Amino acid sequence: MALHRLSFRLRQTVTHVRSLHTSGCGQQHEAVAVEPEQFSVFRTQENDPACHSEKQMGQYYTLPSAHIRTLFPHGLPRRYQQQAKTFNEACMMVRQPSLEVISYLKKADYSKPSLRYVFYGLKGSGKTMSLCHTLHFCYTQGWLVLHVPDAHLWVKNCKELLPSSYNTSRFDQPLQATEWLRNFRITNERFLSKIKTKQRYSWTKREFTEEGSPLGQLVDQGISRVKSSSDVVGAVMKELRTQSGQPESDFRLAVAVDGVNALWGRSTIKKEDKSAVDPEQLTLVYNLKKLMTNSWTGGATITTLSQTGSLYTSKSSYLPQELLGERGFDTMDPLIPVSVPNYSEKEFESCYLYFMDRQWLQHPQSRTEDGKKELIFLSNRNPSMLDRISSFL
Amino acid sequence: MAASCVRTVGSILGKCGNCSSSLNTVTSQLGRQVLSRRICVSSALQRKNLAAAGPEKFTVEFIQKQVEEFNIGKRHLANMMGEDPENFSQEDIDRSIAYLFPSGLFQKKAQPLMKHPEEIFPRQRAVQWGADGRPFHFLFYTGKQSYFSLMHELYGKTLKIEKHQDRLRAKGLFSKDTKQISLGTSRWLAKEELEALLVETISSHDYNRFIQLMERLLSMPYCATEEDFVLRHRRTLESLSRKQMVPTLERDERGVAFSTADGRRKTSTSSVVLGDCGSGRITINSKDYLHYFPVLQDREQLMFPLQFMGMLGRFDLECTVSGGGRSSQAGALRLAVSRALLGFLSEGEVETMRQAGLLTPDPRVRERKKPGQEGARKKFTWKKR
Repeated sequence: MALHRLSFRLRQTVTHVRSLHTSGCGQQHEAVAVEPEQFSVFRTQENDPACHSEKQMGQYYTLPSAHIRTLFPHGLPRRYQQQAKTFNEACMMVRQPSLEVISYLKKADYSKPSLRYVFYGLKGSGKTMSLCHTLHFCYTQGWLVLHVPDAHLWVKNCKELLPSSYNTSRFDQPLQATEWLRNFRITNERFLSKIKTKQRYSWTKREFTEEGSPLGQLVDQGISRVKSSSDVVGAVMKELRTQSGQPESDFRLAVAVDGVNALWGRSTIKKEDKSAVDPEQLTLVYNLKKLMTNSWTGGATITTLSQTGSLYTSKSSYLPQELLGERGFDTMDPLIPVSVPNYSEKEFESCYLYFMDRQWLQHPQSRTEDGKKELIFLSNRNPSMLDRISSFL
Repeated sequence: MAASCVRTVGSILGKCGNCSSSLNTVTSQLGRQVLSRRICVSSALQRKNLAAAGPEKFTVEFIQKQVEEFNIGKRHLANMMGEDPENFSQEDIDRSIAYLFPSGLFQKKAQPLMKHPEEIFPRQRAVQWGADGRPFHFLFYTGKQSYFSLMHELYGKTLKIEKHQDRLRAKGLFSKDTKQISLGTSRWLAKEELEALLVETISSHDYNRFIQLMERLLSMPYCATEEDFVLRHRRTLESLSRKQMVPTLERDERGVAFSTADGRRKTSTSSVVLGDCGSGRITINSKDYLHYFPVLQDREQLMFPLQFMGMLGRFDLECTVSGGGRSSQAGALRLAVSRALLGFLSEGEVETMRQAGLLTPDPRVRERKKPGQEGARKKFTWKKR
């Protein structure tokens, strides 16, 4: 049919070259417009997380790829990244916990001290994805996003540990700090020139950052001078903390920490004399802990607890008291816990249909009712387990 | 070993009951008594080669004597145990022997026993010739008289049926569709069984001839007249799942049916409470099964009986399991779940489950390490010196 039409057009070209060109373009536009018009139960056309409500619950929405590049240069879980690459689109399910937090964020009074939201739940129930959904909301609302993708990585497997130049009892992790600063720069490009420093920082005898210079300069300093990067992270956090909620500043701060229980746990990093480093002694953790207090205004702290990757914790523990410990719980105390459960029946159905739509479940048995029951049994409606058993071997 | 044990039992019983021992020596008690009672074995032959003499032959009188002694010994034993000698059964004998002569020996043959002489002495044929030395049977000199007499009988029956058919044909009453013998799930006697029936050894060629002739008889339209004869040479097969213990369904306070069952594998033991009308919730040792069995294969094991019967998501399971490793725990749970499921199934479905191997316990256990070896089978590295 298409070929036939083309040949027909070609005959016309001889006489009207211009008209063909324009009509061709028009047709292309049409084709693009028609594709997303497909109606499906498991997909919502609402791609703005601010507009998500109960109606879209259990449905998938598409994350624009531009947002992924800027907002989550390092923040998405690895398996989700793989999935997005395979499906050639990044779709995320709208679920109850993130909707709940988004609704709180919409209504909160930002002149009061910041609120702390804690996602908790069983292993693989989608805490990190809920955090990402909430962060996407913050990003689309034009907030400044300070995202720590996994705090556990800061307290273990440290390749390079240097004694801090600022306070000799502390330790710097230059590699982690530069990596984080680089990603911070990608995410918050638009704010870096607007925010001015309130203080003069001197790094060495010759190098210093003047008061009133843009934040971007500070970040660049950290990236180019690896030795001072940990202190730069501290400085950035301090600037943001003091400036947010002030009448002259025009940004909202969203602090997102994945695996917040690492801050009060133990670490496996060893000092020179083979004794373990307390997380308190690490500059990065020390500064991040200050952000976890509610001494600042004009923003929100969104965190998740995670057992995976944490050190010296029991495998079955998932509740805030168990994971945070007494010290952590007291510090975080007025917190809003948000439970992330396994998929409900509706959510499972939606996920199943999505996989079907993406041709992901290839076995002929998986299309039958029995196959679906088997999937339900083997995964117990646990999102991560469902992903695992339906993936390649 | 066996002989010495048996002899001990006999001597003690003899002392207590001050009568001759009723316990039978199996074969190796080669007293003067036995030798004197033996027939068709010359004493010279006995001395020359014991093994080549073949199975020992005993006279009818000897067997009768043994039976008498057994009965008397049984009564003595009953008196010793303070039980009723009239109704003293074989189970009681076994029980009292196990009590009086406790044996730690593993081998069954080495343990003391007291059984009826018929069970101990192999069944043997009666004397085949008369006082004048002439055999009774006309087929005696074929060497396999009972086999050939059976074949004779069989062929005679075939001829009889053919004759009957011819007569019917002559009358014009012959029809192809007549009543057939209902064989059901029976099979022909195996070679060993036939040998036991004939008290003769037959070759496999002979056996095949017998089966061929039987099949020919069966293929005739009017074979139903000889149904009795045919069925005497067949064994019925019972479906093994009949023997399966089916747990009875119980009702809880809400009237919902539930059943319990146990299972074991290797060193794991498990028990399952299977509740009907559930939503598919499963707990193992009061933990979610997904966290108890993080490995997919174990969950597949747990799922299989339910999936096989197409009952996924119908039952609530409450499992307890202890001992062993994860795969043996999963195996023990699979067995327990399949057993608990039986109460909800019909008989035919039970048979399919048995055929799928779900009701068979796995007997494999760890093999012990041997001294002088590195492991159960592995040898030490060989070194010249």
